[in-house]
Amino acid sequence: MTVTTVESQEMPVFPLARPARCPFDPPTEYRSWQQDSGPRQVRLPSGQLAWVVTKHDEARASLSDPRLSNDILNPRMPKLQPFASSSANNPGTLAFIRMDDPEHARQRRMLTAAFTVKQTESMRPMIQELVDARLDRMIRNGPPADLVSVFALPIPSEVITHMLGISYEEHTFFQSNASMIIDLTNTPEEAGRAFMALTDFFGEIVSQKEREPGDDLVSQLLSQRVATGELTREFLVTMMRTLLIAGHETTANMIALSTLTLLRNPEQLARVRDAGDPALIANAVEELLRYLSITENLVYRVAAEDFTISDQLVRAGEGVIISLPTANRDATVFESPDKFDIDRNTAGHIAFGYGVHQCLGQNLARVELQVAVPTLLRRLPGLRLAVPFEEVSFRADTGTYGVHRLPIEWQPYQRTT
Amino acid sequence: MKIAIDAGACIGAGQCVLSAPAVFDQDERDGTVVLLQPEPSLNLRNAVLEAAEKCPARVIEVDE
Repeated sequence: MTVTTVESQEMPVFPLARPARCPFDPPTEYRSWQQDSGPRQVRLPSGQLAWVVTKHDEARASLSDPRLSNDILNPRMPKLQPFASSSANNPGTLAFIRMDDPEHARQRRMLTAAFTVKQTESMRPMIQELVDARLDRMIRNGPPADLVSVFALPIPSEVITHMLGISYEEHTFFQSNASMIIDLTNTPEEAGRAFMALTDFFGEIVSQKEREPGDDLVSQLLSQRVATGELTREFLVTMMRTLLIAGHETTANMIALSTLTLLRNPEQLARVRDAGDPALIANAVEELLRYLSITENLVYRVAAEDFTISDQLVRAGEGVIISLPTANRDATVFESPDKFDIDRNTAGHIAFGYGVHQCLGQNLARVELQVAVPTLLRRLPGLRLAVPFEEVSFRADTGTYGVHRLPIEWQPYQRTT
Repeated sequence: MKIAIDAGACIGAGQCVLSAPAVFDQDERDGTVVLLQPEPSLNLRNAVLEAAEKCPARVIEVDE
């Protein structure tokens, strides 16, 4: 068993920066830690120490170990998000995704029926319509455009608001507040205010659905779970806020980064664009998920009791950060892991996490990506970046990786006179 | 090949349905795993093993 003796002076401060020339790759240091046995100890900006898990097998083992707690109320939880210490952590209004079982499982199970493979597949025509309507508008307005603001952000927003039965007109309100919560550079006060604004907003939505139930998830949960006493109204509000934040920014970043990745790999872009085979598109999406693994600094836990990761003792109360992007580049699982290859066997990627907290909305995200990305490529002929690649501004210091803007242009349709 | 599932520990991620839709389904009420074929034919072996391997809650046991 290894005893921790790393001097604090030489301890790296997490998170480290990605290599400037390879913005799709995880920080080089994390890749070198992958060669060691066991996790690597780091210091967080909060001053806390934590362990970083970078290997695929250790990531899977850690994420399925019940001794690693996801309870945000644990005062020793690594503080990586600004709201981790804000007023948002009232026990009565806590998000189930930051709880442990059994309460986490109890609340999650109220939502799983809405996100099954069949249920999300049945949403494909609706998603296709939303994507086509967005593209109609882009084509009407003509190039250039910022893909993030006119396509990548609105699509998941429209899908989740459709599921929740909320008018899409509120979407700018969502976007600004959801971004404030996720952006690690915001102060806890800013993030806390955004959190409260979204909470108030969903409180009003729930009141509205109480008065006028519709054919939507909020109304279903009200009649099936709140009315029976299984779920408090406060928890329902929190659930809605959680679904919105989780389902919105993540998919948006995946749409934008997927487009950028394919633009950098034109032969594979052409195959995704021209594919008549849904299996090719499905595997390309899995590879994009593996290669990009955008939830870079969002998966962290605290040891509820002493345990070991490989030979390293992790003591109760110590934080553990699981680096999904690095684990998904583990050469012992994925051959030539830094190569983007839509034909590879992607089985085993953990872009959606692993264990009981694995992403609830993963099948919805898959359908959204399978529809949005190929449709975009087909309908905007000659799609290209409108700026040099070096000028694309990547989001650093946020929990979710992405780009701030993605200026694109394409061959406008010729008008016949 | 025999399959055993622990539906009580299932988290409804649906990975098994994506891997082997002929063998696994999800309950319409709570999304948990439904075993359609407890003893599937050998031509489904790879798909079933993939489903068991991908299951995030490790609730699928395959006895070959």
